[in-house]
Amino acid sequence: MNSVILRAGTRYLVGLLLVFSLYMLLRGHNEPGGGFIGGLTGATGFILYAIACGTRDARAALRVAPQAIAVAGLGLALIAGLASALFGDALFTGQWLFLGASETDKGLPLSTVLVFDIGVYLVVFGSVLTLVFAMEEEL
Amino acid sequence: MSAPASESAAPAPLGNGWVGVLPVVLAAALFAGFASMLPAVAAGSVLRWQADWVPSLGLSLAVLVDGLSLTFALLISGIGALVLLYSNTYLAGHPQYGRFALYLTAFMVSMLGLVLADDLILLFVFWELTTFTSYLLIGFSHEAETSRRNALQALFVTAAGGLAFLAGLILLGFAAGTTRISDILAQGDALKAHALYLPILVLLLAGAFTKSAQVPFHFWLPNAMAAPTPVSAFLHSATMVKAGIYLLARMHPALSGTGVWLWTLTILGAVTAVFASLLALRQTDLKQALAYTTLMALGTLTLFLGQESGYAMTAFATFLIVHSLYKAALFLVVGCIDKATGTREAELLGGLGRAMPITAIAAAVAAMSMAGFPPFLGFIGKELKYAGALAVASEPVLVAGAVLVSNALMLAVAGVVAFRPFWRPASGPLPRSPGEAPWAMLSGPVILAALGALFGLYPDVLQRALVAPTVVSLTGTPAEVKELKLWAGINMPLVLSATTFVLGLAFYAWHRPLRSALEAAFSRLPSLDAGWDRFLDGLKALAAWQTRVIQTGRLTDYLFATFATILLGLAAGIMAGGLPPLAIDVSGATWVHVALAALLLAGAGLTVGSASRIAAIAALGVVGIGTALVFIVFGAPDVAITQLLVETLVVVLVAVALLRLPALARDRFRPAHAALATALGATVALVLLAVLSAPLDRRLTDYFEAASWPEAYGRNIVNVILVDFRALDTFGEIAVVVIAALSAYALLRTTKGDRT
Repeated sequence: MNSVILRAGTRYLVGLLLVFSLYMLLRGHNEPGGGFIGGLTGATGFILYAIACGTRDARAALRVAPQAIAVAGLGLALIAGLASALFGDALFTGQWLFLGASETDKGLPLSTVLVFDIGVYLVVFGSVLTLVFAMEEEL
Repeated sequence: MSAPASESAAPAPLGNGWVGVLPVVLAAALFAGFASMLPAVAAGSVLRWQADWVPSLGLSLAVLVDGLSLTFALLISGIGALVLLYSNTYLAGHPQYGRFALYLTAFMVSMLGLVLADDLILLFVFWELTTFTSYLLIGFSHEAETSRRNALQALFVTAAGGLAFLAGLILLGFAAGTTRISDILAQGDALKAHALYLPILVLLLAGAFTKSAQVPFHFWLPNAMAAPTPVSAFLHSATMVKAGIYLLARMHPALSGTGVWLWTLTILGAVTAVFASLLALRQTDLKQALAYTTLMALGTLTLFLGQESGYAMTAFATFLIVHSLYKAALFLVVGCIDKATGTREAELLGGLGRAMPITAIAAAVAAMSMAGFPPFLGFIGKELKYAGALAVASEPVLVAGAVLVSNALMLAVAGVVAFRPFWRPASGPLPRSPGEAPWAMLSGPVILAALGALFGLYPDVLQRALVAPTVVSLTGTPAEVKELKLWAGINMPLVLSATTFVLGLAFYAWHRPLRSALEAAFSRLPSLDAGWDRFLDGLKALAAWQTRVIQTGRLTDYLFATFATILLGLAAGIMAGGLPPLAIDVSGATWVHVALAALLLAGAGLTVGSASRIAAIAALGVVGIGTALVFIVFGAPDVAITQLLVETLVVVLVAVALLRLPALARDRFRPAHAALATALGATVALVLLAVLSAPLDRRLTDYFEAASWPEAYGRNIVNVILVDFRALDTFGEIAVVVIAALSAYALLRTTKGDRT
């Protein structure tokens, strides 16, 4: 689609959508959001870019093949699930670390659950882009 | 081992490096291990070993070593070691020898597992393993079309029998209340009175008869001779085809003694024995002749397993060993002849005795045992066969007659296979000038033939070590064991033996006119082998026809079938559960709800009615966004966001695909589709009403609401469920997402070149 307005707008929208997708991912544990929604939002950004500027540019901007991102995400989720074995728990049991926690403040919560959610994010992001790019290019 | 100067250059023994030696060592070690169990088993003890496998189903890896299984195990590992040693030279330098050794060793181990298993399911697993490994072995020369066809035939016949066998085993385990074989055997007559006895028997016999190639399933076995000769020697002397015999013997204490058992085994065994020995005499290819004599032996063994007397059981145990020894030896001899001369044609071969003296002597000794001459073990086996046949309560004359005819024919075949090629003058030049085989190929026939002679001279050794324990496993009491004697006095069996010699020598003397007579007679019989090909062709035609009918290649048809199936499933559910109350309470509806419903309806109507694809896609998007709004109104923001994003992506994807399609036809009203869509919509509405009419089960909801924050430190229950409580499910789902994306990617890539 050759539209100057769309191309100009896309440059700002893509960045916004990506930042928003990370925001959705990170807030997901307590507010509406999460890896699935985040991944879809992020993918929407790149799809917009592909529609406006073509898949060649979109692939170049992504730098990595989308299917590689999807597989890496799956691997990350698997590692997050297996990690609990190191602590003697059943697989896929969440492990938590509260950095700088005190009596009144729970500090910065880090967990394998977050790693798992990032894996979901990457899987959804990569899979959707794999599909859309392939369809745009091949059909 | 000086190789002759001709092109028959015998390959160096042990020519495949460690790949060739290792399996021999393994098999020999197994043999030694089993041999060390001999004293304990001969003393009457039963060795057991077990480990849990699936405790919840009561399955265990249970092993049982009694006389019967130890006899089989010794034959399998002992002949296995000799055959592996033989193959290493026979196939020296073969580019795929590693594969061959792997198949043969795997087959041997499967066979051992089969005869040692003390659990029905374990037994079945090994049974199937022997089927698969024998398929690989029979089809080893996979460049040859016939080899592939015959391997597939053997696989189909035995695997089909294996399915019946599995069903029989499950029924048996159900009827007996346990899958432990030794427990089942201990139940005695209870099984024979069970209502499921007949189905169990029929199914088990189907498995055993296909595996052991009894008439009318016999046709695959001669075809399986497409395998390299060492494979034939192994599969058709002591192992593969004996698996069915082993099963019958194993189940003998639990299932025998009824009229069905007696008559089925007696009649089919007798028919197979006589029919196969006639077919054997008809063959001019030495290997084929041996293949048919194997059928004869299997028929005879089946015949005796049909009986119950101690004589019949002793005859079974003895003949089992006799046959394994001489049959393996003769197959290996034929392999030597084939290798040395380049032919296996009985009419071409002659005068080999001078060139291959050791082979000739081994062949002669094995053949004497096969023909049943004293003082070889075969003689004792034959005497016992007659004693066993005469002890048959129902039809001694018929059984003894069948045994007599088949034995006489065996004598003639033994002469044709192992005597004529060596001692009659050559009728013409051979493809190669023969020379003696290397020691590795000679050791098998020599050792096996020598054992046949030794056991003939010292039958009490064999009796104490193997025959008596086997008979005890079959009858449960040492009292039934009959003695193995070279000279039992002048009695009926001896008279029958003498008759056999006269008859057999006559058959041998006139075997060529007999052969042409048989050729003429059998050519009129319908060929099961040709029938098999017709059956397969018919099956393929049927598959092609039904694929043409069902797989139209039109997406519309597939979607129609899919939705029609959903409709039928849902409708059946509604029918079973009764109609839900149709009254809908709309009192709480606000203008927002009404507006949403109107939006959804308008979108759906526009999708169906629009004449332009892009408009239809956009209208479908309206329906999707309307659905997202429904989620927002009813308080499910996560689902709404997901729905909205997915809807956006679907519109993009569908637009990309559909806009490439040709324009819509003007007249596109399809009554069948409209009816299906309406019916499906109405049924889904009914299902929803039914769901809503039942009170909501809040147990899970309550649990997640309560546990989400304290246990998983999250307030967004949906996400906590996804990434923590049910993370394994999510992992499965994202794996599916990746696979779907990669598959679609591969599909789109591969079709690229097809488009014009």
